[in-house]
Amino acid sequence: MSGPDHRSANPPREASLRGDPGTGRGGLDRPRHPMRKIEPVLAILLAAALIAAAIAAPWLRFVLTIALAKGIAVLGIMLLLRAGQVSFGHALYVAFGAYIVAFLAPKLNDAVVLLAVAAVGAGLLGLVIGLFVTRYRQIFFGMLNLAMSMVFYSLLEKLYHITKGSDGIRVEIPPVAGQVLDRVAYEWTIFGIALGLALVLGLLLRLYLASPMGEALAGIKTRETRLEFMGVPARGVLLSAYVISAVVGGIGGALIAMTSRHVTPLLAYWTGSGELVFIAILGGAGGVLGPFLGAAAYELVRVYAAASFADAWQLILGSVLLLVILFAPGGLWGMAARAIGGRGR
Amino acid sequence: MTASLTRREALAAGFGTVLLPATLSAQPAQKPAELKIGVTTFLSGPASVFGVPSRKACEMLVEQINAAGGVAGVPLRAIFVDEGPGTDHLVGEFRRLVQSEGVQVMFQAISSGSCLACTPLSRELQRVTILWDCGTQRIFEENRWDYAFRTQGYGTPEVLAPLLYLLRKKPDFRTVAVINQDYAWGRDSWELWKAGMDALKPGVRVVAEMFPRFGSTDFSTEITRLLALRPDVILSTSWGGELVTLVRQATERRLHERSMFVLPVAEASLPTLGRSMPEGHIIGTRGDHWNNHPAPANPQLFNGFVNAYRQKYNEWPIYPCHHMAQALWALKAALEKAVAAKNGGWPSDAELANAFRGLTFPTPTSTITLREDGQGLEDQIVGLSSFNDRFPFSVPKEMMLYTGAQISAPVGQKSTDWLKTLKPDFIQSAGRSI
Repeated sequence: MSGPDHRSANPPREASLRGDPGTGRGGLDRPRHPMRKIEPVLAILLAAALIAAAIAAPWLRFVLTIALAKGIAVLGIMLLLRAGQVSFGHALYVAFGAYIVAFLAPKLNDAVVLLAVAAVGAGLLGLVIGLFVTRYRQIFFGMLNLAMSMVFYSLLEKLYHITKGSDGIRVEIPPVAGQVLDRVAYEWTIFGIALGLALVLGLLLRLYLASPMGEALAGIKTRETRLEFMGVPARGVLLSAYVISAVVGGIGGALIAMTSRHVTPLLAYWTGSGELVFIAILGGAGGVLGPFLGAAAYELVRVYAAASFADAWQLILGSVLLLVILFAPGGLWGMAARAIGGRGR
Repeated sequence: MTASLTRREALAAGFGTVLLPATLSAQPAQKPAELKIGVTTFLSGPASVFGVPSRKACEMLVEQINAAGGVAGVPLRAIFVDEGPGTDHLVGEFRRLVQSEGVQVMFQAISSGSCLACTPLSRELQRVTILWDCGTQRIFEENRWDYAFRTQGYGTPEVLAPLLYLLRKKPDFRTVAVINQDYAWGRDSWELWKAGMDALKPGVRVVAEMFPRFGSTDFSTEITRLLALRPDVILSTSWGGELVTLVRQATERRLHERSMFVLPVAEASLPTLGRSMPEGHIIGTRGDHWNNHPAPANPQLFNGFVNAYRQKYNEWPIYPCHHMAQALWALKAALEKAVAAKNGGWPSDAELANAFRGLTFPTPTSTITLREDGQGLEDQIVGLSSFNDRFPFSVPKEMMLYTGAQISAPVGQKSTDWLKTLKPDFIQSAGRSI
């Protein structure tokens, strides 16, 4: 079954290599076509801006590293958003990655190894949980994920003698690839690793989204039955995206743990998951840059709001989200796309 | 829709603000025009019942100190930061305050988790940090910090004092139950209590250990169980709104008539509870600063502080206000000491930190000495809840005062290990009636 007439409805901005039907219909993924060529340039510009800001203001290096780490985690949310699924529990993987670092840092004692272990660990956890949550869609999917993350949160609080409860676990500066670093060098290194991972993972996910597996995600969103008719297993598609989202969540969590160097159960709390979804909406689900735009904007708004109005920073953050939802449903990425490409919404 | 020009302007403005604080981060080596203190406190969430009054106290005292010419001739400016959003945010804020705002002294924090996360920063950023309210014993027992000092007591004396008082007032109790919030302080305080109780009065039976979820609003299950178990003593180190809820729900079902409550952190909740707090139960205040302290060391200063706070904010100060005041008084004493040591010169961060070590500073009620490890020795006063016509809420009677040095674990010893070495005769030798 193919859609013979969709090309006329959807002017060819980019020579598509595939004749697959049904893509590009959803509102969210449309802007990425005019943006695809500019995306790498924008990514490099954004990276350069981040580096410049981190050099100019040393304390921002910390905030921006956290923003990059959250951006990496939100890549996973964006992936699931492509399939029309919102996970309200991805803080589970962030916290899992962070606690892997906290628990294994004294034993493994190398940031690179820890990152790899956190990624693999979160991926395995994602596979186990994904096996059954991917049976569900929409609100059931979101709520099951929420339940999982809250179970993990409760475990972190309840197993007090292992996890130190809400006091959390401190992470000492680990050597990076065998190099023992002082604090400033270490912070720069982690910032660099976060930036490098953000670029690499962004590129990989971009390739993934352009692959048949990635394009099939949009199929789950529009009409899942059609996918099955085409012989594409919807559950397999969603499960693979889910595992990838868990992996990037784990990487993001590990980076957060290595940056804030103190891990508490709050990372797994539902507000943590909400924050990730917030960033995804703020940034826009259109392209892989969206999560990073969103995360940088989120962290900076929060820091400056907290600095200027210690009492009312939540109000400001909420207003920003409301404004984005009301006036820029495509998020910051959608705004950028409209500014550059002149169309899309 | 918006024109591209304004968008560009917005972007420029955005990055302008990003880069702006860098220009402010230059560090003055000589006497500053003002002394900036960064204060982390809860402005949102359940612990804001402590955070907001403490901020008010800080603002009032800074105003008073500045009106009197500042500290060593330098006016103070307090910058407040919300602890509510969690650790990774707070750690970033700590850096921002030190590296961008140029804060010379940090005051942190209410939550023990915040303290554990931020205290290492005092070493990394080499900035004097006063732990103004958190109570975890882990800070100074697991590590040594050159720039961090706690200007009030901590978990061990705050739990041991009510325990000693209970053992003195009601020596024949045989069973105890605990109902604490399910988070670090709830667990830690129970561990401390258990260690002390097993050493001082072996053989007490623990009939229930209950840790309802942090933020619970319904304790009916726990109360039913306690009514059935009939323990002689019920310990709860809960605080804030949860303690209010627990006491109200328990008294409604007359639990207080069967068992004696021991509430080491009761003071801050008593104004809210008002007359609904039952009489004759053991209450503590994490220190010696009861509003009805019968013999404060400096009654004029004490009443001055309490009355000024009441006048300004129309409420009674609670213990976090006093802890905040202690931090400011300690800063004043240390800074004046450091300036005097330099013959009027302005001290460096390291010199200021040195002035804190071993410092004894006056509080309205007593004096506090900062030990060699940075831990403050604050006296503890415990009493039985009672009413009089001066206060519209419960205040202690038959008070006992325990000096800080007596009931704190010695330097270099872990609290739980030290508590296990206590002997039953300590019950009679510790503390005095006031």
